[in-house]
Amino acid sequence: MSKIRLENLTKRYGVVEVLHGINLDMAPDEFTVLVGPSGCGKSTTLRMIAGLESVSSGEIYVDDTPVSHLDPKDRDLAMVFQDYALYPHMDVARNISFALRLQKRPKAEIAAKVREVADLVGLTDFLSRKPGELSGGQRQRVAMARALAKDSSIFLFDEPLSNLDAKLRGQMRAELALMSQRVRKNMIYVTHDQIEAMTLADRIVVMEGGHIQQQGTPEELFKRPANRFVAGFIGSPPMNFLNGTLTETPTGLAVQGDGFAITLPEWAGRDLASSASREITLGIRPSDLRFDPEAPEGAGFDLNVRVSEYIGAQSVLLCDCGSVSFTVEVKSETPIALGEKLRFGCQAEALHLFDKTSGQAVLNNKHP
Amino acid sequence: MNAANRLTPYLFLAPAAIIMVIALLYPLGYMVYGSFRDWNPAQALSETEFVGLRNYIYLWNEAAFRESLGVTLKFAFFCVAFELILGVGLALLLDRKLRGMSILRTLFILPMMIAPVVVGLMWRYMYHPTVGTFNRWLEAIGIDGIDWLGRKALMSVIIADIWQWTPFIFILALAALQSLPRSALEAARIDGATPWQLIWHIKLPLMMPVLIVTALLRLIDAFKVLEVILVMTEGGPGLSTEIVALRISRTAVEFRELGVAAAMSNYLLILLMILTIGMFAFTRLQELRATRAAKIIQQEG
Ligand SMILES: Nc1ncnc2c1ncn2[C@@H]1O[C@H](COP(=O)(O)OP(=O)(O)OP(=O)(O)O)[C@@H](O)[C@H]1O
Ligand SMILES: [Mg+2]
Repeated sequence: MSKIRLENLTKRYGVVEVLHGINLDMAPDEFTVLVGPSGCGKSTTLRMIAGLESVSSGEIYVDDTPVSHLDPKDRDLAMVFQDYALYPHMDVARNISFALRLQKRPKAEIAAKVREVADLVGLTDFLSRKPGELSGGQRQRVAMARALAKDSSIFLFDEPLSNLDAKLRGQMRAELALMSQRVRKNMIYVTHDQIEAMTLADRIVVMEGGHIQQQGTPEELFKRPANRFVAGFIGSPPMNFLNGTLTETPTGLAVQGDGFAITLPEWAGRDLASSASREITLGIRPSDLRFDPEAPEGAGFDLNVRVSEYIGAQSVLLCDCGSVSFTVEVKSETPIALGEKLRFGCQAEALHLFDKTSGQAVLNNKHP
Repeated sequence: MNAANRLTPYLFLAPAAIIMVIALLYPLGYMVYGSFRDWNPAQALSETEFVGLRNYIYLWNEAAFRESLGVTLKFAFFCVAFELILGVGLALLLDRKLRGMSILRTLFILPMMIAPVVVGLMWRYMYHPTVGTFNRWLEAIGIDGIDWLGRKALMSVIIADIWQWTPFIFILALAALQSLPRSALEAARIDGATPWQLIWHIKLPLMMPVLIVTALLRLIDAFKVLEVILVMTEGGPGLSTEIVALRISRTAVEFRELGVAAAMSNYLLILLMILTIGMFAFTRLQELRATRAAKIIQQEG
């Protein structure tokens, strides 16, 4: 139960600044996921919270107490590393109990705690094995158990699942979600996998190039991305972007571009009336389009279907809209003929508009 | 065809192998053979008289040999013990990223590169009772000089050996330290380990395989050391620094007892063999453990 706050956190390596003033507020017991492309500074942020990297400027507060001058051991936190970081010379039980043994807790208490967490992560049969004698998934569990045994108030994860194969990763992700509900703690989780971020997070923080791009609940980020980067990063397959111009038409304000013309709903037209003839980027998610040959003028796209990727119940169609490639997700039973021009309809609510140069959202589907 | 293919490499290796065997085994066989004979340097080996185990039994009961063996054991033990403590300690201290550290590390390994005879001469001058560096310093601060190469001779040669060979342990320990898994050390810090606990619970245990092999290598070497002591003290005063290697050479050259000297060499050889076998057993054990671990994982699929 503690509240973590990062205030203007900056990190410099020599003259290179890799984090440019991170401000972040995490509520007690919140599961926060830092997500972003490789090299954006997620690990650096996490390691600064852990005390493994020094803070160049700014401050980290835990329950309003500055902690950036403290050693890792004085910060009351546990961490799971990407490569698990187990102690190779200790068996599983001793790995799990290392922190407790350092604290000189009574033997009986340590034994009980080891049994409890080993049970929680399903390691009871492996307590006397060395890490070298375990599979990747089992090692991952040991790392988790070791963190759990410490009973710290803050949990840090640095891409804990990225070394597992796809199936195991899915399974561990589900277990982790379950565990995080049982063990309510402050959790900060770093990943570059947006599915992990979406499924686990109470709050997602999208980072890029040492800046926070946006933070919010998974739903907020999905429905109302603050800029083009977040829109393209969250959601899979990623959002389609089309460049166009805002134009006045008899039916209202519309976005016109290479091979498409979409009429904006009346409320959006009101918001944007003053910016007619402005250059704009239109964003629309692949799942927000439906195959609909009857879609009216201004509410659909004529797409040239090039490839259909069957992924089970859904198929992903790779198409061309004018000269821009465009993805559509449809139910697999939709009758699609490759190489033909087909019409797909979309709801006005599904449209996102971004400023073409700054990438900032100028219209999100904030109206229901 | 297949069998021929498999034999080809051995065929090519054969000349080298034969030369090796002759060069290695012939002197060894000669020595073992000689150790069973009453042999003085004026005789050809074939003219000597067979005496069975007499040389060995004689040595077993000879006080001077036993003392020399004791000196050797003491010398080897103290040298290696202090070298380990200093070498590992320095490595732990200097395992960090600071400017100039690489120059410092290079300086540290200089002593190892100096020829043993030079080391012996250098220390002999520094230990000189009246004009030597050490006693002059001691006098300068008003302390009586120490009888370095006299009553404290064994200590003095041990110090010289430590000076020369600590760097060896230092570089190996440093290499071991720098190849430790970094994230495990970070995990331990988060788990609450103080710097001392980190060394004691994580770093040292993880370095242990390297340290054990290093210590055995040094032990083997320390049992055979000759030049430094020969130059510094010639084994004296009395028998106080007469290590076995030195005694062997004296027995052969001064006492003209080649048979006894050969037997003595064999005693030393047996001791070294035990250490070497110990070392191989240790590395083999490590390998076995690793393969067994791999097998367990594979079985569970
Ligand atoms: N020790 C260092 N010295 C110099 N630059 C560093 C150092 N560590 C990290 N960086 C730089 O800081 C930036 C952020 O690195 P960081 O490890 O936080 O990225 P990340 O978001 O965790 O990426 P990934 O998803 O690949 O793990 C990178 O550009 C990296 O090159
Ligand atoms: Mg990282």
